[in-house]
Amino acid sequence: MSEQFEPVIIGFTCNWCSYRAADLAGTARMKYAPNVRLIRLMCSGRLDPTFVMKALATGADGVLITGCHPGECHYVEQNYKALRRYLLLRRVLKGMGIAPERVKLVWASAAEGTKLTNEINTFVEEIRALGPLGWNKKLAGNGHAVEELAVEEVAA
Amino acid sequence: MSKPKFAMYWSGSCGGCEIAVINIHEKILDVDANFDIAFWPVAMDAKVKDVEALEDGAILLTLWNGSIRNEENEHMAHLLRKKSKILVAFGSCATEGCIPGLANLAPLHEIFDVAFHTISTDNPQGIHPQPVTKVPEGEISIPLMKDRVYTLAQVVDVDYYMPGCPPESHQIAAVIDLVIQVLQGKAELPPKGSVIGAGGSTVCEECPRKRGVKTIKAFHRIQEVAPVDPDICLLEQGVPCNGPATRSGCDARCPNVGAQCIGCYGPAEGVIDYGARLVTAFASVIDATEPEEIERILDGIPDPTGQFYRFNLADSLFRASASSFKKNGQSPAKASGA
Repeated sequence: MSEQFEPVIIGFTCNWCSYRAADLAGTARMKYAPNVRLIRLMCSGRLDPTFVMKALATGADGVLITGCHPGECHYVEQNYKALRRYLLLRRVLKGMGIAPERVKLVWASAAEGTKLTNEINTFVEEIRALGPLGWNKKLAGNGHAVEELAVEEVAA
Repeated sequence: MSKPKFAMYWSGSCGGCEIAVINIHEKILDVDANFDIAFWPVAMDAKVKDVEALEDGAILLTLWNGSIRNEENEHMAHLLRKKSKILVAFGSCATEGCIPGLANLAPLHEIFDVAFHTISTDNPQGIHPQPVTKVPEGEISIPLMKDRVYTLAQVVDVDYYMPGCPPESHQIAAVIDLVIQVLQGKAELPPKGSVIGAGGSTVCEECPRKRGVKTIKAFHRIQEVAPVDPDICLLEQGVPCNGPATRSGCDARCPNVGAQCIGCYGPAEGVIDYGARLVTAFASVIDATEPEEIERILDGIPDPTGQFYRFNLADSLFRASASSFKKNGQSPAKASGA
């Protein structure tokens, strides 16, 4: 493969902080890697781990979760829930043989456009280094053990 | 008038589902009174060729228990699908892979190694099963293993799902009653794809234990909690109980007798990934905000994958671990170096 691998990354952003940070990055004309597809949630606490698993199982190479800094959640303490789910989710991914580094949690306030663009660029390079996950291709296999076998002679 | 035909078949499973069917006691006579048992290898003698000779759709009701582990299972699934009007994925193995589905955490060659070549196996000649073996009388063959364990619905079209490891006998009796009533024109079948013989909510809803605000500082294995409070929610006591994500229908049997729910009834209504639901549930009740403290508490769940996917791995979003996909296409014999 001579072409550079372009990872597909799904980014979940919080309406009150990281989504605004991405918006700020846009209005300030800061550049960041186009590999990340941002999805806005009302809060990082809305992030059901199902979303992350579904993204990875259907073709994403990495998932970026972003939320308000600890203590600054619009819904008091939901970002702590996101943190705990993230830490537990990483353990489950490891058990499935998926590098836990494919999922990353980043705190970014509405004013931190620069921080968010830097984090996105760093994460894209980290996932590029890890290589494609390709779970959707794994699942598409038909599951047959197709290889022809040598017939073995066994004395009766 | 001839009676409608009934079939039951097992594939990759333990046989507990068959016992659960027999456990409906005298209700089994209703089955016999209302159905002609066409094919039920565990209970009576019948040959596959008898099934093959039937017209398509000749069997009214087939209960299929067991996962799809090898190509024979798959072949029989296609055959019985063709011959049955109603095909029910019966029990946890057929609906979600169950314990056999945990094989999806390891590649096939490792499974063969453990089964035939580890120290716990008495196999001095190093016999390793071959798909085809030549004997003086000709060639004999055994079915090829599939790369991983599949649920019934991943292989053929399924009409209804009946969860449980095994399904509770009173639920089986209720389903049989329903089918008989449908035959007599007194009731209608539920829409295709329904989960039957189970509730729509979670085990917690049926659990009589008191639930308060959960603030967990540590997870413990149940034998380390002494004594377990008989009246308070087990999860509140730090015992990893899978009730919050598990479908109701068992009358919360395990929590009722002081054991945690292990999730045999599968995901509750609307749950896409059972393990993800439990990650949400467990992480939400941990009482800590510092990453180091959270990690320390999470260390109390030594095997999160096993805890969250004991019954559901083959039907989870990931289906299997990365390692079990790696050797895809490799034959069991070659993979183990035999």
